[in-house]
Amino acid sequence: MDNIAGQKSGLGLATHITTLLLVIIWIVPTLGLLLTSLRDQDAISQTGWWMALQGSPQNISVEVPTDAQVLDGDLWRLETNVFDTEWAQENLPADVLDRRRVAAFGASRLRGPNLDPGETVETRGGVTVTVEPDGTLVASSPEPFDDALTLPMALVAPPQLTVQNYAEVLTDMDAEERAEARSVGQRLDEMLFSDEALFGPFINTMTVAIPATVIPIVIAAFAAYALAWMDFPGRGFLIAVVVGLLVVPLQLAFVPLTIIHGWIGIEKSFLGIWLAHTGFGLPLAVYLLRNYMVGLPRDIIENAKVDGATDFQIFVKIILPLSFPALASFAIFQFLWTWNDLLVASVFLPADTESTVMTRFVVTNLLGSRGGEWHILAAAAFVMIAVPLVVFFAMQRFLVRGLLAGSVK
Amino acid sequence: MLDSVIVSGIITILIGVGGMFAYFWISNYVLDNVLFPARGERAGVNINRANMIRPWLFVFPAAFALGLYLVVPVFYSLWLSLTSGVAADGGWYRNYSEIFQNQTFRVALLNNMLWVLVVPAASTFFGLLAAQLTDRLSWGNIAKSLIFMPMAISFVGASLIWSFVYHPDIEIGVVNAIRGLFGADEGVTLITGRITDSFLLMVVLIWIQTGFAMVILSAALRGVPEETIEAAIIDGANPFQIFFKIKVPQIMPTILVVWTTITILVLKVYDIVAAMGSQYRNLEILPTQMMRYFDSGNYGFATAISVVIMVLVLPVMVWNIRQARAEVR
Repeated sequence: MDNIAGQKSGLGLATHITTLLLVIIWIVPTLGLLLTSLRDQDAISQTGWWMALQGSPQNISVEVPTDAQVLDGDLWRLETNVFDTEWAQENLPADVLDRRRVAAFGASRLRGPNLDPGETVETRGGVTVTVEPDGTLVASSPEPFDDALTLPMALVAPPQLTVQNYAEVLTDMDAEERAEARSVGQRLDEMLFSDEALFGPFINTMTVAIPATVIPIVIAAFAAYALAWMDFPGRGFLIAVVVGLLVVPLQLAFVPLTIIHGWIGIEKSFLGIWLAHTGFGLPLAVYLLRNYMVGLPRDIIENAKVDGATDFQIFVKIILPLSFPALASFAIFQFLWTWNDLLVASVFLPADTESTVMTRFVVTNLLGSRGGEWHILAAAAFVMIAVPLVVFFAMQRFLVRGLLAGSVK
Repeated sequence: MLDSVIVSGIITILIGVGGMFAYFWISNYVLDNVLFPARGERAGVNINRANMIRPWLFVFPAAFALGLYLVVPVFYSLWLSLTSGVAADGGWYRNYSEIFQNQTFRVALLNNMLWVLVVPAASTFFGLLAAQLTDRLSWGNIAKSLIFMPMAISFVGASLIWSFVYHPDIEIGVVNAIRGLFGADEGVTLITGRITDSFLLMVVLIWIQTGFAMVILSAALRGVPEETIEAAIIDGANPFQIFFKIKVPQIMPTILVVWTTITILVLKVYDIVAAMGSQYRNLEILPTQMMRYFDSGNYGFATAISVVIMVLVLPVMVWNIRQARAEVR
């Protein structure tokens, strides 16, 4: 009986493993950039983000006193722990002392910590040195050690996650510059609205996305009601046109709309982009809402008509409240689309930081001039995708419903 | 200055939303009480007339906006592609003949074809795989949610995420780190402008679109009648046969819808190439090339390329309309 649908089969374990693998492949890229955005600039270039939670090694020149050397046969032998010395207690950072872990060591300051712990290195004069991961150091030499040994080491510091990168990308100032700006009396809002800061584009994105989401909903809802519940000649044709317009490439509209907007003087302006997003979002809005409204029970609407309600009253008091799920679906789509859009913003908004949106700011300003600075890019990426992710996880139900209504019949 | 932008945004919402409601209320009021009042000796005729006009009041704003922002531009672009730029000096076809002779245009067209072949197929495949795998899993919903998540991420954000995965440093980029596990000593730069690098960019879109395919296909799989599956089990079919011979044929129409929807998206995608490969001519696709001509003010070539994209989309458009008309009837 173990072959019945819904029962576990021999494939059960394989299913779990394959799914897990798929999920890991799907989230690792995002997770990587998220961790990177929370890491110190130096740590990013030293170790991979997958080491972020293991702590990052810090390069420190460690002094080891040689007082404890003993003569063992014909060699002078020193055995000590680099973390227990007086020098270490005074000079090493507290978190490194807590962690007590050596990631690498070396014998010459020039070459730095180039050896894995546990290896043995031989230096001038027959001196050999071994450092274990826990800090145990064994050194031997044919001659007595005169001075303290100085060895470059990479000591593991516990993971340090920081939001400094976010502060830097939002204000375009690093910690020092912010402290300095504060000391000369600059207020927080002045820092946020400085020229190359990401905060301005963040506000602009919001300014573009919210009206561009709200306005088409209202326009589309009225039209969808007419297309669903009013009988008039040409209705089928209009529905066909809306379906056709769903797939029209926006590129076709750019040159004509630039010219038309130029005539009425709203070229490269917020008003222009709101109108453009409204126009471009309408086919999906009308289509989704009409499909949903058609499915509402006929009785309710006919009863209301018999009771003397006008179409306007039916629409406002019955259809709109009942269509809330479809309205929410479209609102999420349109919001994600307008928030994430680069193309329409490149055409309808000016390029200067004052009025540009985040996507464009990242592509033209950050990728170009700061292409290698991943602490900045990673933080910028997450400032950009934070709001859509919140919307996504909060409203996933409506998003799925909208997708299904939009493409499956 | 930013305050004023926010204020104007709020005012726009108020004007837009309030204005729309005001328009509908006033226009309905005028129709019912001024033009064709439902009283007096012609009440019956007036009610009928008002009801003939009313649908158009409801449809008008949407129809006007759609007409101005999508329908008119389609024809205007077509017109411009035949009359502006090099076509202005005689020879309506010259924008087209010149772009087709252009080497980078042909590369872009070829790349677009590659994108259209690979991305929808791969996204649908992974989407179907994920849908089937998570179907009866106890933690299936969490898995689905995580695979679906990239849908919320902008193409630009996704490009950043993947540029980091492709980072040339062996200590930073995941791809190079994995090469390191297999013995490579140094990282390599993955995107160098070879024509095959397009595949690395396609991965980004596949990563985003798989969630979409999964959500829709998983709903379709749920809709497959249990009886057909039970009958197959009784006849001794193994899980693979059930999947490929019973389930997949029954959800074929949905697979087609997913495939065409992603195809349309792929034809129009711009952001990923603009963010990850803008400095390489070999990676260009039609939308990025169109934008290059648009930015430099060469409207003749720009509109000609947009018309080419439209022609590529046209078969799907016709198919969609026929489907929709069949439904309405």
